[in-house]
Amino acid sequence: MDPGFVQELRAIVGEQGIILNPDELRTYECDGLTNFRVVPAAVVIPSRREDVQRVVQACSRHKVAFVARGSGTGLSGGALPVEGGIVISLTRLNRILEVDIPNARVVVEPGVINAFVTQEVAPYGYFYAPDPSSQSVCSIGGNIAENSGGAHCLKYGFTSTHVLGMEVVLPDGTVAHLGGATLDMPGYDLLGVFVGSEGTLGIATSITLRIVKRPEVVQTLLAAFNSTNEAGAAVSDIIAAGMLPAAIEMMDNLAIQAAEASVHAGYPNCGGLLLVELDGPAPEVDALMRNVREICTANGSWEIRLAQSEEERMAIWKGRKAAFAAMGRISPNYIVQDGVIPRTKLPEVMSEIRRMSDEVGLRVANVFHAGDGNLHPLVLYDRSIPGQEERAEKLSGDILRLCVRVGGSITGEHGVGEEKKHFMSEMFAEPDLDTMQLVRCAFDPQSLSNPGKLFPRLRLCAEKTGPYQPHPLEVAGVAQFF
Amino acid sequence: MASGITTTRQAEIPWQELDTIVPAESIRAAGPNDAIDGTMPVKVVTPGNELQISELLKWATGSGARVSVRGGGTKLGWGNLPGAVDLIVSTEKLAGLVEHAWQDMTVTVRAGTKIAVLQQQLREHGQRLALDALWPDRATVGGVIATHDSCPLRLRFGSIRDLILGITVVLPNGTIARSGGKVVKNVAGYDLPKLLTGSLGTLAVITEATFRAHPLPAEIRTLSFELDDLQAASKFMLAIANSTLVPTGLQLRLDSDQRPRVDVRFEGIREGVEAQSEAAQKTAGTAAISDVQSCWQGRESLWSGGSLSSVGRFSVLPADLTKAIGAIRDQLPSARIIAQSTGLGLFSAECESLDQMESAIERLRQDVQQLKGTLVLLSVPLELKKKLDVFGQPGDGYPLMVRVKQQFDSHGILNPGRFLGGI
Repeated sequence: MDPGFVQELRAIVGEQGIILNPDELRTYECDGLTNFRVVPAAVVIPSRREDVQRVVQACSRHKVAFVARGSGTGLSGGALPVEGGIVISLTRLNRILEVDIPNARVVVEPGVINAFVTQEVAPYGYFYAPDPSSQSVCSIGGNIAENSGGAHCLKYGFTSTHVLGMEVVLPDGTVAHLGGATLDMPGYDLLGVFVGSEGTLGIATSITLRIVKRPEVVQTLLAAFNSTNEAGAAVSDIIAAGMLPAAIEMMDNLAIQAAEASVHAGYPNCGGLLLVELDGPAPEVDALMRNVREICTANGSWEIRLAQSEEERMAIWKGRKAAFAAMGRISPNYIVQDGVIPRTKLPEVMSEIRRMSDEVGLRVANVFHAGDGNLHPLVLYDRSIPGQEERAEKLSGDILRLCVRVGGSITGEHGVGEEKKHFMSEMFAEPDLDTMQLVRCAFDPQSLSNPGKLFPRLRLCAEKTGPYQPHPLEVAGVAQFF
Repeated sequence: MASGITTTRQAEIPWQELDTIVPAESIRAAGPNDAIDGTMPVKVVTPGNELQISELLKWATGSGARVSVRGGGTKLGWGNLPGAVDLIVSTEKLAGLVEHAWQDMTVTVRAGTKIAVLQQQLREHGQRLALDALWPDRATVGGVIATHDSCPLRLRFGSIRDLILGITVVLPNGTIARSGGKVVKNVAGYDLPKLLTGSLGTLAVITEATFRAHPLPAEIRTLSFELDDLQAASKFMLAIANSTLVPTGLQLRLDSDQRPRVDVRFEGIREGVEAQSEAAQKTAGTAAISDVQSCWQGRESLWSGGSLSSVGRFSVLPADLTKAIGAIRDQLPSARIIAQSTGLGLFSAECESLDQMESAIERLRQDVQQLKGTLVLLSVPLELKKKLDVFGQPGDGYPLMVRVKQQFDSHGILNPGRFLGGI
């Protein structure tokens, strides 16, 4: 790395804000997806928003790629460093800048932890709705990059529903304000495009969030079924009855075993476990919950439990939210996928996953957001057994293809990142990807912001002026012009 | 030809080539009713499918013909004066449902479908698009997306931006592209459905969209309250917003000669609706004067003014509604106002002269800006439109918006001049 560039970075963030030691840099070699690793050339940890801008300006001048990183909990390799590039860690930008209860808005820096937003506003009877399972550690900036969902987005919407405005540093080092504190700022909805762009369009340095009034009551019910098919039929009936529960989660037997071994949630040992949460005005929730019970019983549920206290409710959720990490109790390694299917395809897809799993001889645990068809199949394997990792990766890919085949998506909330970029071509045709690339070229013509992620191939943005000159990468056949 | 209508560049455009792209019966000469803000196009084409639109746009890009897309034509006056319009592409024949996956609660629909037709189809399975758009009998799906027309239901369900799952568009270079998906949860790739929402026909032609549907509520109850003054009305609205009640509409109506009215709507099962209605009555401290649902379409009546009237849309923080309404009343004493608790509102006002209107709007814009809000004019006399940007001053995101426009429409053939800052 150019010593002049390093000197510039040091001048901006100071000795305490830069990591160059190879051992320390290894901390940043991957995010929550550990099977891709790249050691960055440097990590900078700015403490001030204006320093993010100065660092990006330096990157732009020196044409050095940068990857923004929050808490590093991402599951698609979105914060995987780029060879020869730097990582900009936003963990020190962790201030809550403004709490405006009358207008139900909170302004935060990107490093603020998701759960801290709710903690801050809970005394006023509000909460921040997006609740990814990693919410106790993941950052708002990371949530924005991935357009994170969580169990409650069925009713409350995704991160993009709850972000009103942002100050962003664009890849050329300029600052722009997208959206604002008020609704419907005139102009293109670049805020909507930025959310979920996986760090490829710039870095958000200040974010205006919408908070939601806490409902009068929340009721959580567990229902045990013999199979996920029966549980799935209950989900369909609940939706068909016109209900919009706050959450509907499902776990299969393998996932229940893992959760039990890990956090002792007290789940019944069954083939398909349903977790249904209703919230709203008390008379409404009471009446609807009676209806849910009837539907579960009619579909063969043999044990139904309604959480009787906030502690019981939390215990139920703890098991669900710990499900991924709990896999460590029953398998040395696992791959988690994030495909989405139309909810009605659930029985078909579940039996196909079972067939594929039997065929390759690897176990697949299933935990999913049943209300919106977002599957989280966990492919269990042992890296120490030669060939298993490759088989697990293939099975996991085949499950994604299955999701696309039935009309779904390769990712519902984890993002494409490094991991699934080659699957984008399974879901989108070339013209679709070309069109997305237009957005990329408007924001980041130099391809410096998290390059190489999200799209199947690195592409370069054509210069609009001057005679055409082939780029060296194009001549070498590793990139193509767009 | 009516006065003030200008015809553009007819001589240079190879119009004879059009009938190699679409059947001759789909092409007609434009008439006075096709004028957009006084600018008269040359031709109107009604393509029958996406491929024809693709070929049309390729042709337009090659020949330099400027294209405006028209759905129901209900909001064609929104936006700045067009720089030029040569060709109107009507989506009239691009209508109908593609798929209503009712068990999955998603619906894919062609852009030219009328909102009311879509709602009728969804109703057959007890569902709806949770959107109460303006003029639903005439407005089309594509038009509502392009204008981002928002509504009282937004309070609970978000705007069309939050309901749209996927989109198919045709770019000026003829590319037919899909983005998003047909499932309610999907984060693969950039969210182009959001980029297209509110882009006023300046980036691409929308041909199809997929939405999330919602169940029709078993019961709907509207309560309208009359309150003493603006302060009381605002206090009531904030109290409801800060309570555990979950209304699907909360709006304030202010006519020049009446006391303020606040409409609250609850939806769901009977038990919930009854309990919430009772709580709302208690909060209001007065009995409801009406339970008529038509108040939610009252916004349409704001467009009924004469030739010296204007309609504007303001957006402020919810707690600043009173200040914004006060500012409107200061500058335009006759204004009628319908504001939502989300901080969005519409007003209409008549003035005695253009000069008076212009200065009132300029002062009002400053007042709203001081509240960190925005003011967009949806309908103003053409003479006034020539003098001002209906969207106001763009912010520091504007250069990026220009770059987005250049990427999508490098020849500037789609609705030139109409968007923010003359995009």
